[in-house]
Amino acid sequence: MMSCWRMEKQMLPYVDGRLKVSEQREVEAHLADCAACRLRVNEFRAVSGLLDELPQIEPSGAFDARVRARVAAEPVKQSWWAAFAPSPRAALAASMLLLATIWIGSRPAPKMPGESQNAAVNPANIDPNDLPVLENYDILANFEPLTDLPQPVQGDDSDEVDGNQAM
Amino acid sequence: MARSDVQLMLDVKAGDEQSFALLLQRYRSPLVNFLYRMVRNREQAEDLAQEVFIRVYRARADYVPSAKFTTWLFRIATNLALNSLRDTRHQRTEISLDAPVTADADDREERTLDVADKHPDIEQHLVEEARKAMIKHAIDKLPEKQRVAVLLHKYQELDYGEIAKILSCSESALKSLLFRAYETLRVELAPLVAKG
Repeated sequence: MMSCWRMEKQMLPYVDGRLKVSEQREVEAHLADCAACRLRVNEFRAVSGLLDELPQIEPSGAFDARVRARVAAEPVKQSWWAAFAPSPRAALAASMLLLATIWIGSRPAPKMPGESQNAAVNPANIDPNDLPVLENYDILANFEPLTDLPQPVQGDDSDEVDGNQAM
Repeated sequence: MARSDVQLMLDVKAGDEQSFALLLQRYRSPLVNFLYRMVRNREQAEDLAQEVFIRVYRARADYVPSAKFTTWLFRIATNLALNSLRDTRHQRTEISLDAPVTADADDREERTLDVADKHPDIEQHLVEEARKAMIKHAIDKLPEKQRVAVLLHKYQELDYGEIAKILSCSESALKSLLFRAYETLRVELAPLVAKG
């Protein structure tokens, strides 16, 4: 048979009528033999009835309007993926950039003066007639007395230009 | 056929603002009443109820119907109420738990709404007033967690599993909590219980 201690947890569900049929039978069997629990169940029923007497209040008339106003003031929430959604301006800019890249890439490289059509970086392809020029360049590039010369006023770029012209 | 709470919330998630209005209509009164019984101040209860709805709305994109909608809703409301009570505790004038039962502004409002028209007899009216004030006082005196349990159980009629989830405890612990709350109420309301 159910103890009074176990009955404590079942008492309110019994008063509410929220017990399973088997549990309800067990509780009723206990109540038939236990006057103290029977009294307590009746008192809990009375308390439950008293709680029903408290009136409910109604939200004020402006309640809904205030909630709606706050909802309307909420910022529009976008998912992080939406940041990648193409806008017309971004799409136009991206297209222009792509076209420019293709156009620049398809242009023939500007030819240097004296550069042959078949010139290549591979040393095996170097024309033997160009060797003296390359050797002179190597000597001039490592010629220490030239490093003592004062720096030109125009800047570093002019150095390169001058070097190229010297060649 | 009326759409379920979960379906309405899923519709809100899909961008249907009208479904949110239906949820507002469905739960504004239960929420305001629950919060009013918790914080004992009507204006504050309405502010908190608004905050609950705003939080629901903000969370719509991430809503997953893993539990009952009411569990989620009243969990938000409970947390807000308990935080509000904690935050304002130091601001409140110290009200002794043994203070005599007096009718405050909200009590008077309830009286006006629900009793005055029904009971023209002034003596009967006053008796009922005192009775209601006593019941209200008994609920107010309950410890916060017990009060949440009683309010959700008695007035919102949530099942034990839902209330246990809201209070983050087991169903067994909840039943013990409710038993202790009803024991306290039984003692506090003994004069009325005996008459009943």
